[in-house]
Amino acid sequence: MKSMDTMPTGRESPRQRISSSLNERISSTSRYLWRYRTLYLLSIPGILYFLIFKYVPLFGSVIAFQNYNIFKGFSGSEWVGLEHFRTMFAHYDFLRILNNTLLLGLYDLVIAFPVPIVLAILLNEVRLVVYKRFLQTIVYMPHFLSWVVISGIFIGIFSTDAGVVNKALGLLGLEPIYFLGEDSYIRTILIGSGIWRDSGYGTIIFLAAIAGINPDLYEAAEVDGAGRLKQIWSITLPSLLPTITILLLLHIGKFMDLGFERVYVFLNPLNTGSGEILDTYIYKAGLMSQQYSYTTAIGLFKSVVGLVLIMIGNIFSKKTTGESLY
Amino acid sequence: MRLPSVRYRIFNVVNLIFLSLLSLTMILPFVNVLAQSLSSSEAIMNGEVSFWPVAFTWINYEYVFGDFSFWRAFAVSVGVTLVGTFVNLVATASLAYPISRTEYKGRGFIVMFVLITVVFSAPLIPNFILMRELHLVNNPLVLIVPGAINAFNFFVMRSFFAQLPTELIDAARIDGCGELGIIGRIILPLSKPVMASLGIFYAVSHWNSYSTALYYLNDSAWWPIQVMLKKLFESDEISVDSGSSMYSSLAHTSPEGIKMATIIIATLPIIIIYPFLQRHFVKGIMVGSVKS
Repeated sequence: MKSMDTMPTGRESPRQRISSSLNERISSTSRYLWRYRTLYLLSIPGILYFLIFKYVPLFGSVIAFQNYNIFKGFSGSEWVGLEHFRTMFAHYDFLRILNNTLLLGLYDLVIAFPVPIVLAILLNEVRLVVYKRFLQTIVYMPHFLSWVVISGIFIGIFSTDAGVVNKALGLLGLEPIYFLGEDSYIRTILIGSGIWRDSGYGTIIFLAAIAGINPDLYEAAEVDGAGRLKQIWSITLPSLLPTITILLLLHIGKFMDLGFERVYVFLNPLNTGSGEILDTYIYKAGLMSQQYSYTTAIGLFKSVVGLVLIMIGNIFSKKTTGESLY
Repeated sequence: MRLPSVRYRIFNVVNLIFLSLLSLTMILPFVNVLAQSLSSSEAIMNGEVSFWPVAFTWINYEYVFGDFSFWRAFAVSVGVTLVGTFVNLVATASLAYPISRTEYKGRGFIVMFVLITVVFSAPLIPNFILMRELHLVNNPLVLIVPGAINAFNFFVMRSFFAQLPTELIDAARIDGCGELGIIGRIILPLSKPVMASLGIFYAVSHWNSYSTALYYLNDSAWWPIQVMLKKLFESDEISVDSGSSMYSSLAHTSPEGIKMATIIIATLPIIIIYPFLQRHFVKGIMVGSVKS
């Protein structure tokens, strides 16, 4: 074929010319692919992995619009449109759980998010390098414990008969409190355990950003007579703003994704009233009670809200600070 | 240089005290667990144990080490961590390396393809249906295969490979190396640091993973240590195999003490590798934060 094209055939018609250049392009592409076949072959399993384990279930989410029956499959199950979304909002339990999820998301954003920023600034002020390293080693550590272990530790120290917290309350002459057996404490425990586990680790990125600040700025401020505290306020904090904005946007995208494990491990029948979130409900109602389509609708609703929040946040931050995710 | 102001010196002292107290709140709960795991049941139940063992005993540990269901879960976790981490590294590198090479046309498309899965993730049930169709429910492979590539780690590895000098690759090619030779002789020896960092991250997440086994494994024979530990917390029995309960015959052990001893044992591997871990995670986060 190639030799035919290159043979001198006198005047070529336009069609011939197009087909010959197309042939050439195809053959040069295939030659290119053949030359780097090892690279392309190597990437195939990974691409298949993402297709099968990430894209297939994504498209499988259509069961939210069906009455999915596990024996009939996707094609055999009856289509019901938005019915599950309608039942969702007519359901008292769902509204209560949505309320829990939103409240916990809000507390996590307002209370837990700023902690690593403050902690990083405070750690940065420790002048004794050895001690600073020592502190860092300790505060990073809880991040690597599993949620099951953390719940075990917390349930232990907050228990009524053997827990050290209630013992301390006893020394102060207070009645013991059943922290994990009441609706009123569970949200505090969930947010508190999150801060305990992750705020130390969260300082890493801010400490790196602080280390990247131009030291000339501090020198100039010193010459101008600004004290250390003034320097923190006028140099360190503003320099961290871009990092804070990006992380804030990412955090907002996960507003409703507090995480299944960190909540589930603390739940018991006495505190689900305030502690149950959408993810734990999806597990219980979906996997354990087999309400497949209904809980998929809830999951889909959650993803859409997350996406909308991140887009709104992005527009807002582009307008106000000029920082954006995309 | 000016001397720091009085206000700053006060701030410094308060800051040091505050940070020291804070780090105590990170350590003390753990010390409390350790002390309880080494105490007798009477002492624990009477609330006598705070940060030092009371009526010191090894019996809680003896009980845990004598429990078959503990060893079984421990073995599952060790196996999944070792095999799983190996699979993770091979799978992640085999996609990240080709995508990092400029010769790979269409790599922008693949990057988007992966990025989309980070932004849009499927709800639980479609995942469950997929696992059922693939016969991964009640199959221990579910702890390894569905999580083979973590998108974030994929991006970290890709940027690591991308910053390796292309001159090395060109030189190897001139010397007659094929693509596989380049990978084996040039790329792999150079990528030890990124393999170590990501390997240790993958290993920790395997060891700590709980929900995957909870969702997809009903058979207690394949429960990893975290699931076993959670079941232990939920029950007042001392073993997840209800038949093997010997509680009444061991007057000095309490479920509380046994729970605490199991926590300590389940955390020990993490504590042991923590010094290595710490050396790597700062670097890992930094590479990852370079906007991909």
